[in-house]
Parts: sequence; C-alpha cells; structure tokens
Amino acid sequence: MASYSTNEFKAGLKVMLDNDPCAIIENEFVKPGKGQAFSRVKIRNLKTGRVIERTFKSGESLEGADVVDVEMQYLYNDGQFRHFMVPDTFEQYQTEEKVVGDSGKWLKDQDTCTVTLWNDVPLAISPPNFVDLAITETDPGVRGDTSGGGGKPAVLETGAVVRVPLFVQIGELIKVDTRTGEYVSRVKE
Amino acid sequence: MSPDWRPTCTIELIRLRAKVLAELRQFFADRSVLEVETPVLSHSIGTDPQLEFFTTEYCLSPRRQTLFLQTSPEFAMKRLLAAGSGSIYQIGKVFRNGESGRFHNPEFTLLEWYRVGFTLPQLMDEIAELIGNLFRDRSLQETQRVSYREIFISLTGLDPLVFSYQDYCAYVRQCGLFEAVDICGHDHGLWLDFIFSHKVQPYLGDNALCLVYGYPACQSSLARVSEQNNQLTERVELFINGIELGNGYYELADAKEQNRRFDQELAVRQHQKLVVAVKDNRLVNALESGLPDCSGVAIGLDRLLMLLSDSASIKEVLSFSIHSA
Repeated sequence: MASYSTNEFKAGLKVMLDNDPCAIIENEFVKPGKGQAFSRVKIRNLKTGRVIERTFKSGESLEGADVVDVEMQYLYNDGQFRHFMVPDTFEQYQTEEKVVGDSGKWLKDQDTCTVTLWNDVPLAISPPNFVDLAITETDPGVRGDTSGGGGKPAVLETGAVVRVPLFVQIGELIKVDTRTGEYVSRVKE
Repeated sequence: MSPDWRPTCTIELIRLRAKVLAELRQFFADRSVLEVETPVLSHSIGTDPQLEFFTTEYCLSPRRQTLFLQTSPEFAMKRLLAAGSGSIYQIGKVFRNGESGRFHNPEFTLLEWYRVGFTLPQLMDEIAELIGNLFRDRSLQETQRVSYREIFISLTGLDPLVFSYQDYCAYVRQCGLFEAVDICGHDHGLWLDFIFSHKVQPYLGDNALCLVYGYPACQSSLARVSEQNNQLTERVELFINGIELGNGYYELADAKEQNRRFDQELAVRQHQKLVVAVKDNRLVNALESGLPDCSGVAIGLDRLLMLLSDSASIKEVLSFSIHSA
C-alpha cells in the first residue's frame, strides 16, 4: 500500500494510524511565520468510530489503509453471523454482530447496504439512509388522528423501535431515516 | 462551461483590498515613510531552514543561472536602509514553497516597513495605530502587550526560557498531545513551536490586537539579542483572534553576527538535507558598511483582509488562489 505525506492528507483518505484503519476528516496546515510547520488532523478510527485530533510534523507520512466501501445485499442472520453478498459477483461475506453494531436493527433481508471492507474483511456496515419496514407491534391508535402530536413507540420487523404517530397501525409499512432513527412517513404498498 | 475561470473571492473583496491598499499608502505618506520597490528575483535567498523557497532559471544564452523568488523583501530593503534611504515601506508579493492551507497561499502579499531610529516599543505603538486605523469599524478591544514568557507561563505553566524535558513531556501528556514527545524530541525550539501553536496562539487577541514581544533567543531569527537579558530577543509578533499577522524586530545590524547566523542556518539546512540556499553576502556587506539603528515589521496583507471580512479561508480574499491561478 502506498504511503501518504501530510500534504496529501485530505478528507476521505484512508490511512493506518496506531495499527487501526482511519479516515481523515480534516487537515489544517499550521505554520508560524518563523517556525516548524505542522498538520493538525481530525481523523476517525474506522474500527471504533471515534474521532481524534492528531498533529504531524509537515512532511511526515502514513501508510495507506486498504479500505473500500462495497454495495452488498444483506442475505440473512444465522444466529452467529450476518451474511452479505456482492450482487455482481455473488461473492459472500460474513460478519459478527459486534461489527454490525447498531446498524443491525435496520437490516432487512434482501435490502442493499454499504459494507466497508478492510483488507477484504468487513469493518463496518452502513444501512441506506432510508429504509421501509413493517410495524409488528404498537398500541392501537386513534383513527382520524393525523396531527402527529405526541406519538407512540412501535416495534419494527427488524426489532428496531421508533416513535410513530398515533394513527399508524400494526402491519403498516413505514419509511424511517436510519441516521436519526426517526419516522418519516407511511409507505403505500 | 466549467466555472473554474471565476475568481476565488467576491468583487466586494477586490474593492476592500483596493481600499486597504489606499489607506496604507495614505498612512505612510502622512508619516513621510517612503514607498519602495525591490526585486522579486534575486541571486541569493533567506537561509531560514523553516522556509522553503522557489527557484527559477534565468537563461541568457549561452549562460543559465539559478535565481530565487524572494521569501521576504527584508534583505533588499536593509540594503536600501544602509544606503541612506531613511524610513521605507513596501507592499509586494513574496513566495514560500509548500505552504498551502486555510491561512497560507504559496504566493502572498506582504506589507513590510522599517523605521529608522525607532526602538521596538516605538514600532509597536505605530503597529497598534495602523491596525487601529484599518479596524476602526470593527470595534476592537484595547491593544494587549505581553511578553512571550509571561503569556507562555500563564497559559501553560511552563517556562519557555528553561527547557525541562520532563515538565514539557508531562504537560503535553496532560493535554492529550502525546505525539509532541516524538515530534519534538530534545529540540527546545521545536517544543516551543509546538506548544505555542497548539496551546498559546489560539488564545491570543480575542477581538483585539495582541503584541507578543521578548521572544526566546533560540527563536531570534533576524532580531537583536536583548541588551538587558541575553536569553531574550527584540522580536515582536502580532495576533488577532489567534491568527498570526506579522513579525517585527529591532533589526540586527552586526555584520559578523548576521554572517554567523547565515552560516549556522546553512549548516542546519545541509544537515537536514534541505535544498541548498545561497546566502546574501551583499546584505552582510551592507551591514558592514553600516545599517542605521532601526525597527521593522512585516504583516501578511491577505490575513488582514481575512480578519476585516470575516473570511474563513485565505482563498476568499485572493482573486485567484494557487488552485485556480
């Protein structure tokens, strides 16, 4: 893998830092008129998701990280692993629940999601920004109440719990924003 | 059609620049400071290991010569001073290789002026007056004057004049800046650069001009060593809202000392395998013949414009930044 000098650090570049794959978020060139130049870098650890700041002497370099985002189809959960497939090649990947993390609650069989691979091993799973999921459990609401005020919890087919308006019923399909975990609208089938 | 032909700043900023240039010229005209022009191309160049320069080739067939693009007009202006010009100023382009970022463009505009007979405190008064004029609509707080040592101690608890490796390491660890230990090693000057950039500078001049004077001798550059305390130099730096605006000195006039500092910096450059610089012997000769006692300062005009227009990036005040030049 190539190595990158501080001058090449830009948002999105994937590099190895402290043996973990990381993505650069921001790179600020800091240089006193008379003095040493530094790069102050904001960087996300792709394993833990944590964002840290780190300073480098200008001209230092970091090893690139073999990290790629691949669109895959979510196949199923066998109780121990989740399975994914690249639609074009039928190549399959499996991951442990801890890699899937919070994203797991938005994954429905056959849906497409983004799998981040590090050295060809899944590192993180990102669900689509919006998913359509059916409600499996919720209190009966008041028909005709379309105000949306208040709301109630609803359990979705994947196990996720979101707040929905009172008029939404069991069995209905709803659109959810996975970034905020919020109900967006009902979906007509 | 791609919009990449467009200026990186607004037309309003171009007008602001013109207005500031006119005001600066008026300011110096009112004080009988003479405007001068010196060459951008030169046979010699600053030896500072922290400054990377541009070189270019001068072809006068059959001869070819390497020339340098100035990193500052300082040497040429001092030669004018030694020749009896009296107080002078210049607004011109300077070039620093490898410097690009939110506050840096490899080509930028410097306002540099020298006052014959001025001590550093007198020059600081004039700097405060000039900044006060330019920022009159921005209601800046009163100018702060603070010594490097004082502000360093008050913000970090560390004494910048006494290098204690243990204390410096303990401090950066406590701040979560663990990488500083590897970066700085046992280099006192580098430690000061690191800690000052991270933990002092961001807090200087909150909506005010902050003048920091009395830099440690290891950061002397082209300033005189203080007569009262040889650990300090007669150097001042200007900050507003944590942004470094300029740098001034009670100018070194000792030819032998100047020559010694050049040779020392050339040796550092060689040791660090940096591009070879050619020292300015003509400056040494000028000092030899006699530089009048004077103080001088250089201010980055583009950063002044950034502050005057609340711009987040230098490209917002340049007609065409390096990426679209």
